[in-house]
Amino acid sequence: MSVEDRIREQVTENDIVLYMKGTPQFPQCGFSGKSVQMLKACGAQFKGIDVLADAEIRDGIKRFSNWPTIPQLYIRGEFIGGCDIMSELYEKGELQKLVSGAGS
Amino acid sequence: MITPQEIKDLIEAGLPDARVRVSGDGHHFEATVVSPAFRGKSRIQQHQLVYATLGDRMREQIHALSLKTDLP
Repeated sequence: MSVEDRIREQVTENDIVLYMKGTPQFPQCGFSGKSVQMLKACGAQFKGIDVLADAEIRDGIKRFSNWPTIPQLYIRGEFIGGCDIMSELYEKGELQKLVSGAGS
Repeated sequence: MITPQEIKDLIEAGLPDARVRVSGDGHHFEATVVSPAFRGKSRIQQHQLVYATLGDRMREQIHALSLKTDLP
């Protein structure tokens, strides 16, 4: 299976996916940690995928979304953004709306 | 090592009408970019336009760039 197919499978089999450095329990980067905190504050059930544990995914996810940084959030297969965009959405109350209805 | 000024110059070269502010310590940077080129674009597309001006440096030299985009 190509890395693109693996990613497509991950973001379709799970409603909410966060590609991050480290795990939701032990984030290895401040931006990933902040993203986890925002999702938790929204009450979101999400799957965290540790790119540090998988070099193919770490590189592949950047090409998949044409986005050069980690973390990256996907909801129902759609790329939502990185930590900055998540923060903007969170402050406007939009992230809460996006995750509600997902994660079930 | 890349400086905030170099990042500012690169973004301005790629988005000539943009107003750009960059601060940072050589590894972590914060940038605010205001450009008419963002009109009609989603936030993701706006950030992608800025990332494109930085090219491979985003992978190799810039560990973290906190980005805010806006319309004039």
